[in-house]
Amino acid sequence: MRRIRVWLLKIFGIVPRQQQEQDFSDELASHLQLHIDDNLRAGMSPEQARREALLKLGGVERTRQAHREGRTIPFLETLLQDIRYALRQLRRNPGFTVTAILMLALGIGASIAIFAFVDAALLKPLPYADPTRLADVAEHGVAFPRSNISMQDFIDWKRLNKVFSSLDAYTGSGYLLNTPSGVEPVPAARVSDGFFRTLGVRPLLGRDFYSGEDQPNAPATTIVTYGTWQRRFGGRKDVIGQTITLSGTPTTIIGILPEGFHFAPRGSAEFWSTVHELSPCEKRRSCHNLFAIGRLKDGVSFDTAQSDMAGIAKQLEIQYPGSNRDQGAHIGPLSELIVGQIRPILLVLLTGACLLLIIACVNVASLLLVRSESRRREFAVRGALGASPTRLVRQFITEGLVLVAAGALTGLAAGTIAMRLLLSLVSKDMLDSMPYLGHLTLNTHVLGFTAAIALLAAAIFSLTPVLRLPTAALREALNEGDRGSAGTLWRRLGANLVILELTIAVVLLVGAGLIGKSFYRLLHVDLAFEPSNLATLYVSLPRNTNNVSPPSNTYNKDEALLPVVHKILDRASSLPGVSSAAAVSVLPVSGNGNTDWIRVVGHPFHGEHNEVNEREVSSGYFKTIQARLMRGRLFTEQDDSTRPRVTVINKAFADKYFPGEDPLGKKYGDGDLKPDSIREIVGIVDNIRESSLDEEIWPAEYAPVNQSTDYYFALLVRTEGDEKSILPALATAVHQIDPGIGTNDEQTMTQRINSSQTAYLHRSAAWLVGGFAALALLLGVVGLYGVIAYSVSQRTREIGVRMALGAARGSVYQLILKEAGRLTLAGIGAGIVCSVISASLIKKLLFGTRSWDLPTLVAVAVLLGSAALLASFIPARRAASINPVEALRAE
Amino acid sequence: MGDKTDVWQGTLALMVLKTLESMGPLHGYGIARRIEQTSGDLLSLNYGTLYPALLRLEQEGAIASEWGQSENNRRAKFYSLTRAGRRLLHEETQSWEQTTAILARFLAPSEES
Repeated sequence: MRRIRVWLLKIFGIVPRQQQEQDFSDELASHLQLHIDDNLRAGMSPEQARREALLKLGGVERTRQAHREGRTIPFLETLLQDIRYALRQLRRNPGFTVTAILMLALGIGASIAIFAFVDAALLKPLPYADPTRLADVAEHGVAFPRSNISMQDFIDWKRLNKVFSSLDAYTGSGYLLNTPSGVEPVPAARVSDGFFRTLGVRPLLGRDFYSGEDQPNAPATTIVTYGTWQRRFGGRKDVIGQTITLSGTPTTIIGILPEGFHFAPRGSAEFWSTVHELSPCEKRRSCHNLFAIGRLKDGVSFDTAQSDMAGIAKQLEIQYPGSNRDQGAHIGPLSELIVGQIRPILLVLLTGACLLLIIACVNVASLLLVRSESRRREFAVRGALGASPTRLVRQFITEGLVLVAAGALTGLAAGTIAMRLLLSLVSKDMLDSMPYLGHLTLNTHVLGFTAAIALLAAAIFSLTPVLRLPTAALREALNEGDRGSAGTLWRRLGANLVILELTIAVVLLVGAGLIGKSFYRLLHVDLAFEPSNLATLYVSLPRNTNNVSPPSNTYNKDEALLPVVHKILDRASSLPGVSSAAAVSVLPVSGNGNTDWIRVVGHPFHGEHNEVNEREVSSGYFKTIQARLMRGRLFTEQDDSTRPRVTVINKAFADKYFPGEDPLGKKYGDGDLKPDSIREIVGIVDNIRESSLDEEIWPAEYAPVNQSTDYYFALLVRTEGDEKSILPALATAVHQIDPGIGTNDEQTMTQRINSSQTAYLHRSAAWLVGGFAALALLLGVVGLYGVIAYSVSQRTREIGVRMALGAARGSVYQLILKEAGRLTLAGIGAGIVCSVISASLIKKLLFGTRSWDLPTLVAVAVLLGSAALLASFIPARRAASINPVEALRAE
Repeated sequence: MGDKTDVWQGTLALMVLKTLESMGPLHGYGIARRIEQTSGDLLSLNYGTLYPALLRLEQEGAIASEWGQSENNRRAKFYSLTRAGRRLLHEETQSWEQTTAILARFLAPSEES
């Protein structure tokens, strides 16, 4: 208790109080006075009395010091002193201080911002119970390593498997929802009854689906996401039990999902319903439209699950040879599905940010070194005045700590801003597919990371000058003439640091160059159609009979469907500024998928699944997108249901299934060659890019919309002028035909391509790594400049002597530039080697670019070389303009 | 001065407390003189060393200080014992007596022989 009191008083005593000091001085004075009085009374002379009193006290200053130490904790006291001194030093050199703090803030801020993303995507567990035990369950087709499961297969898998404690299916869906602003198509998902139980997610309000709620006789119910509940229902609790109309079906809201819930594979889904009403397709075993999640039983590994499910798939293949041929099983961690694609990019970005941080640290460290060099005299003087070596070292460490603390705080602020900025650049569609980024905050992980890198930086800054601290050579340091030896020592260390910086800069530049080139290649892949001046939007036609909102029509039969499609096309093409309009089931560059299994009449067939992309198009489609017809003819309006079925195929189709044959006039159908599936090839078009930008081109077939119509299609129009301005008019035109028709996702084709996930990820990576590389280049070159400039300032006398002895200015230039050139070459050389190695690590992110792309390497070397030349030219010029007489006299 | 004993570490505080108990409030110089006198001038006390000890005791709450007038009208800082100080003095005295008693037994000539 007494001890605690003493320590508390001592800690408060750290705050220096003039009053206490004064008080004790007074007390000492009074003590001496009393003593002198006594001594005088004893008969001493005044001087003697005073001397005796002082002697007996044992020294005023010593007593004062002992008292002062007693008042506080000496260590903390000197620490505060050091900090005050450091602050004064830093204030005296505002240029150095601001540069150092800015550099640190830059490096730390970039690292923090990227780390926040890494944390949100890769470190934070998914918001499910025991997420590591959740498996992504899918089928494995010939063309797709991970493909949809069919409903019928899913039911068998669920029944037969021994590895999952529960297995549940999900699929995307969409509803037409009546909203105050008209009919709006909303994304939704359909799941089997135990889906949320398998995830381990409980509704925030209301209830989960009970088991059996996905059976055909169950009433229509839906669970709403938190965001939708807030946005569409105002967060009212009484929505539970309310009935809403989803695509004409009265549906009861039974629950609200918790706020933190997200499920990236169906990230945009607002309503979650059960699969209680199977579509005709889902009743067929060959219709693949589901994915599944499974919770592994205790002790079962993913490998065991994979082999168990593969066994079941094999069994089904034997049982149903027609539909299940070559349909295996694909089991993997659910987290891999959710963050697998973004992981390499994030890791590359984090590496880039950390490299930038290293450069920043090295730069600041070398600045500190330069300062320690020029402060040798100061330290020598302080040492000579009695400061112990440890005290001098501590002084240096304190300065480093103060710099790092300021840099880390500024960096934290900059990082937070950068984080928000980066997040606001992520489009809504991208956020839907990466919902975990929605919870990006400055959490303990991020703060911990900040603390860790700050500590690391502090360690670097404290150690570098300490290594160079001239403690041993105090006396020589005081000596006026001494400078040569220290100069060379510094030059060696500083030079190595600069080589390291330049190496890192090269690595980042090469990385940025490669990623940037990939992005360029990606945006310039052959589309085989003209994307400019194309406006697009998706249209969904209402189809249910028991529609409760009377004004809108429903189109239940193909006969009713087709006229409305034509009406929409006619209306769209008559809009001012539109030269043609067309409909297609899936827009180009959306990705391979929506496939069909075909069998060519007259070709050998063993039940294999010949998978081709299938698109239904209106007769004007190819003209509207300006795709090239290679042979045969395009569709006409006459290709309708009264005529035999016809098809147009792409070049890849012709190459793959008709090598050395003329496909025109050939026929193909489904696996069983059912008579109504047989169609005749009438034309071959170029390889229109249906796949996403970085995927390979698949065989594709196009069917006339007149012979195969659907409720959901994309409308696209070719405009004469700006395609963006026509988008609102396009939606209005559709609604004028029938307000019950839903439209969504209005975008131009160029926007669509630029914001496609592939382009998006490549672009973000290119911009960010490019930004890091530019900063690294800047910092590296500044570092080089610093080293050369310092070297010139240290060698002023040497250069003066050389010039006095007759050296020409040219040879002085040569002297300095040679030094800079050696460092630059070493940096570039080491950088090229490192970047070739590291580029092979980012191969996954590259598209159409080799990891040792020679033009990139050469460009980087030239860029860095010329920047370095420029940076060293300035000090070289200064060196060459030294006046030998003045240089010698100054020394 | 050579035959005078230096003050042992730790005993100074006890002497200060005891002095204040017997003398009442006293300034630093007075305490120092009193300790020397009480020791019969056997102790050599560097007066300066008294002040850290006084500071420590004050931090511990054993003594309190106040500026006042000395007997010959000089301004001086007077120290006085607090209640906690009395308790401390009591404890320390006991513990010291115990220590000296134990040591005395060790140092006493052996009685068995």
